[in-house]
Amino acid sequence: MNNPIIAPENLVYEKSKLIKDNVMHYCPGCSHGTVHHIIAEVIEEMGMEDKAMGVAPVGCAVFIYKYIDVDFAESAHGRAPALATAMKRLRPDKLVFTYQGDGDLAAIGTAETIHACNRGENIAIIFINNGIYGMTGGQMAPTTLNAMKTSTCPYGRNVALNGYPLKITNLLAELEGTCYVTRQSVHTAVAVKKTKKAIRKAFENSMEGKGTSIVEVVSTCNSGWKMSPVQANRWMVENMFPFFPLGDLKDK
Amino acid sequence: MEDIHLMKGNEAIAHAAIRCGCDGYFGYPITPQSEILETLMEEQPWDSTGMVCLQAESEVAAINMVFGGASCGKKVMTSSSSPGVSLKQEGISYLCGADLPCLIVNVMRGGPGLGTIQPSQSDYFQSTKGGGHGDYHLIVLAPNSVQEMADFVDLGFDLSFKYRIPALILTDGVIGQMMEKLRLPAFKPRATDEEIAAKCPWSLSGRTNKRPQNIISSLELDPAIMEKRNLERHERYRKVEAAEVRYDTFMCDDAEFLIVAFGCAARICQKSVELLREQGIKAGLLRPITLWPFPYKAIEGYCRQVRSILTVELNAGQMVEDVRLAVEGKVPVSHYGRMGGIVPAPEEIVEALKKNF
Ligand SMILES: Cc1ncc(C[n+]2csc(CCOP(=O)(O)OP(=O)(O)O)c2C)c(N)n1
Ligand code: SF4
Ligand SMILES: [Mg+2]
Repeated sequence: MNNPIIAPENLVYEKSKLIKDNVMHYCPGCSHGTVHHIIAEVIEEMGMEDKAMGVAPVGCAVFIYKYIDVDFAESAHGRAPALATAMKRLRPDKLVFTYQGDGDLAAIGTAETIHACNRGENIAIIFINNGIYGMTGGQMAPTTLNAMKTSTCPYGRNVALNGYPLKITNLLAELEGTCYVTRQSVHTAVAVKKTKKAIRKAFENSMEGKGTSIVEVVSTCNSGWKMSPVQANRWMVENMFPFFPLGDLKDK
Repeated sequence: MEDIHLMKGNEAIAHAAIRCGCDGYFGYPITPQSEILETLMEEQPWDSTGMVCLQAESEVAAINMVFGGASCGKKVMTSSSSPGVSLKQEGISYLCGADLPCLIVNVMRGGPGLGTIQPSQSDYFQSTKGGGHGDYHLIVLAPNSVQEMADFVDLGFDLSFKYRIPALILTDGVIGQMMEKLRLPAFKPRATDEEIAAKCPWSLSGRTNKRPQNIISSLELDPAIMEKRNLERHERYRKVEAAEVRYDTFMCDDAEFLIVAFGCAARICQKSVELLREQGIKAGLLRPITLWPFPYKAIEGYCRQVRSILTVELNAGQMVEDVRLAVEGKVPVSHYGRMGGIVPAPEEIVEALKKNF
């Protein structure tokens, strides 16, 4: 382990002070961990650790509070925007954000998501779209692509049976209450930088009372997709991005 | 000058909430309790006390807003009626699992299903035995007058914060809709952020003054820790059972026949007791005020004195099971109930009691 390269003068990256030392439970290659690091960095750089209040989802990120060292409430599945609504209205000077998967945000929590956005709650929603239910072992999600295989559509999603994959973010961009809706990814260093900028903007918007900001992160779930991390990244670029194109959907 | 008003039970709840320093109300309209939300919106307390009021998109959202607000140590509440309270059960279970204080009001109507908008007491089991999933209890208060509707708002919040157990006001369409004279409670200021931090050190506020992270969660994967958390909660339940049982009695001192009834049924039974006494029958009424913790001991105490017990409920017989548990077969216990929104007349109850001997 005595590698001379590991020396302070060679350090190019240091993890945020707001990332705890707990070993993350995420599968190697999973996007969740990367987005956690970004959120922690943004909160630290904004100097908001004494103002940040997060809402954890039910999904693989259920233990986000074990990794990011700010106040957190653990929501029931899909209800995070309802919790965040009250938290922000009752503590308007705080930074309130939710962190939600596609099943959480776009299936069971669709009503809470749409109505919080439509009211223009001054919260930020970080939306991890990996096209699958990671936590429960890889079932079909509302965002599962057509023909994509999961444990509950083992022959591939069939629109006649399962309906169409839901572009919920496009829907949210239509709502008057949202001020910033963007779709990003974290598969390359450049993408990570862009996502970080987007999350910072979302947090700034909510502190300025501009309305609801949504940062969708098109993500990999290599375990659920049954691919190696490298394969998963490639598959995401080739299959997810054409259906969920990256970029801002709304910035007002 | 005395603060005497004439108003509906539902309106009394809204005014009491504003006056007791409630921080937030989140609700969804449903008969027979919409006046609570309507009164709050008319009063606009956000301009006077700073209380937040919001019409949610559903009862599911409303109870989860309550979860969010309660996580911040705020005094928050919701109200609904039976079908809406069914929708709230998920959130109520999570509130109990996270040991959060809050106030829930159920102005009961008949069920199951959409049932009727008429009054009922058919959610007794749901309220006192769980309702949602998991081993939990709510502190359940059953008012029988407009005055108690107002008084139990503050009491409910106090008990809820003291024990970190959600409190439920379980009432019905009769008490919610009827108008009575009441004395409104005096104004209490809302708690300041500093007071909340001192009283609820577990609450979320951002890591103010660099304090360690606070986490509100009902989740724990380690069975040993989960069991410990449950045991700790049940220890609090034992404390509530020891200290917070409340009930009222009417003409019980020499009673030979005991009627047990709560809420609007107890109001009617009071008249029945008077009618029975006029006929020379020594009847008395015991009215549980807390349905959980239930006054088992008080009822058991009357077993040495009375010949039989009759429970009167606006349901098919729910509280009667708790009365039987209290009595353990020492005296006969029977039930008289009406359903479908029918409110029994005092004379019906007189006849029901006379049938028992
Ligand atoms: C009410 C309820 N229904 C179902 C579940 C089971 N469940 C847990 S996580 C989850 C889906 C999570 O998928 P997603 O939101 O996409 O998050 P991911 O794990 O992919 O990040 C489900 C169905 C639950 N915990 N609660
Ligand atoms: S199952 Fe998928 S979403 Fe969950 S940790 Fe593994 S890769 Fe990530
Ligand atoms: Mg997912």
